[in-house]
Amino acid sequence: MIARNRLTEIGVTRLIQLAGFSSIIFMGMILYFLLTEGVPALGEVSLRELFSSRWYPIEGFYGILPLITGSLMVTIGAMLIAVPFGLCAAVYISEVAPPRLAAVLKPLVEILAGLPSVVLGFLGIVILSPFLRRFLDLPTGLTAFTGSLLLGGIAIPTVISISEDALNNVPRSYREAARALGATGWQTIWGVTVPAARSGILTAVMLGVGRAMGETMAVMMVTGNAPVLPSSLGALFEPARTMTATIASEMGEVATGSEHYHVLFFIGIVLFLFSLVVNLIASRLVFRSKGRAERVLS
Amino acid sequence: MNHNDFNKLYPRRTGLLTPRNMEKAGYAGLTVLTILTVLPIIAVVIYILVQGAPAISPSFIFDMPRDGMRAGGIWPAIVGTIYLTVGTAIFSVPLGIGAAIYLAEYAPDNRVTQMIRIAIINLSGIPSVVYGLFGLGLFVLFLKFGSSILAASLTLSIMTLPVIISTTEEALRAVPHAFRVVSISLGATRWETIRRIVLPQALPGIVTGVILGLERAAGETAPILFTGAAFFLPRLPQSPLDPTMALPYHLFVISTQVPGMPVQIQYGTVLVLLVFVLGMNLIATWIRSRARARRQW
Repeated sequence: MIARNRLTEIGVTRLIQLAGFSSIIFMGMILYFLLTEGVPALGEVSLRELFSSRWYPIEGFYGILPLITGSLMVTIGAMLIAVPFGLCAAVYISEVAPPRLAAVLKPLVEILAGLPSVVLGFLGIVILSPFLRRFLDLPTGLTAFTGSLLLGGIAIPTVISISEDALNNVPRSYREAARALGATGWQTIWGVTVPAARSGILTAVMLGVGRAMGETMAVMMVTGNAPVLPSSLGALFEPARTMTATIASEMGEVATGSEHYHVLFFIGIVLFLFSLVVNLIASRLVFRSKGRAERVLS
Repeated sequence: MNHNDFNKLYPRRTGLLTPRNMEKAGYAGLTVLTILTVLPIIAVVIYILVQGAPAISPSFIFDMPRDGMRAGGIWPAIVGTIYLTVGTAIFSVPLGIGAAIYLAEYAPDNRVTQMIRIAIINLSGIPSVVYGLFGLGLFVLFLKFGSSILAASLTLSIMTLPVIISTTEEALRAVPHAFRVVSISLGATRWETIRRIVLPQALPGIVTGVILGLERAAGETAPILFTGAAFFLPRLPQSPLDPTMALPYHLFVISTQVPGMPVQIQYGTVLVLLVFVLGMNLIATWIRSRARARRQW
């Protein structure tokens, strides 16, 4: 009996260890499969062609530059919306709103976080884009700007919930000290609390960027799918095409192992690297701020 | 910040721009911005309810699509989403809870553990369409599962894993350390302590995390695009190796790929998907708040 217990104990411990390491294993497998399917693209299409400005796979043009700029344009637009709105909402929920109201607002933000991106994409097609077309007098409502607006909405819950955590983690004594020195609540927020939560808020912004850049369906449905290199700011109000949308809309139709197939995986590698950098910066900030908080509070 | 800096930043003002008035104006501004952020969410949910409700009928839910999906029901998409969610749960729940137990109860504080944490953070940030590529490469082509429920569920599982791991770990860590000390001192082994003391105490938190993770999987489209989603199927899938229709992909198809689609069917599909996903969200929130109210420690 005791021997059996020991065996169970050892077996279970092994299984749990294996599960614990699974994340590293999956991370490695994802990298491996992206590389084995994507790197051959470099042998078939020269680097110069790959980073040229024409994406027209049917005739063998595989320039991913317009896709990268498309992703960047839509993401930056989204952050210009999500950061001010998200940060202000987080400050309001954590610092200003009465607790009862905050208890209502938080689940509402979670609802937004839980809306599937196809649902937002659908609303983008049937409501937002016709509205923008008429309101801004555009030839089509399916533009980079439409995508930015929707992506802003998708990134907002991430920005709100993580900034709010960061604000909540600022010790009460900081606020009390500021108030004791005669600062108003408003001065305390922007002079003390928000600066003290700075790194957490930056993490929120980075994760928001990651969320916006990786978003696929909503963007694919509303940006109009035109892989064009933007020439001026006006391009924001013209159709665009992101990296994610390109993979999603073309992968279904390519022959396995073809040039086009490999290039789409190569775009996957680029996206993977972008998300890796964004997340490493974000987690760096978290670790650093944790270290600092521990030093200050000990 | 020394005294002079403070005076420079916040000079004493008289008249309209007193700090008090600035505060009032600032709070009003924040309130307006927050309302502008939150109001569209409420408006969207209500709008979908109003527009979608007329489409809902037993035949809309339980019938097969007809007329190139322009008529009839969405039953295969509903069934497909249920299959995919259950399939995802089968793989991701044991693995995710196991990984969380490792991190919360076993993992030493060293470089390897730090690497696991970084891997989890990165997994949670990888774009969903890249998971789709990975699933295509590994499950569909390399393991030859083909475009199937199995391949799509496995892909969704790996995507869901980080959510389940981090919420479960948090729930496990919330159980007071003293509980473990007492159990071990009474002669229980580590695993017995986890199974009989820690896991039951953390259960509501774990269930909440699992549901939130699966909610995300149920609403995702990009990872299943090339791993198991079917445009249209005349019958329900017969085995895990068959492809399947799914609600989110179906919504994508009927709102972009099928010309002349009746609006009512589109809104009806949105409503069903929303009920599915937000229903899971509500259940999770309910379990969490009930557990918090009952907790003794």
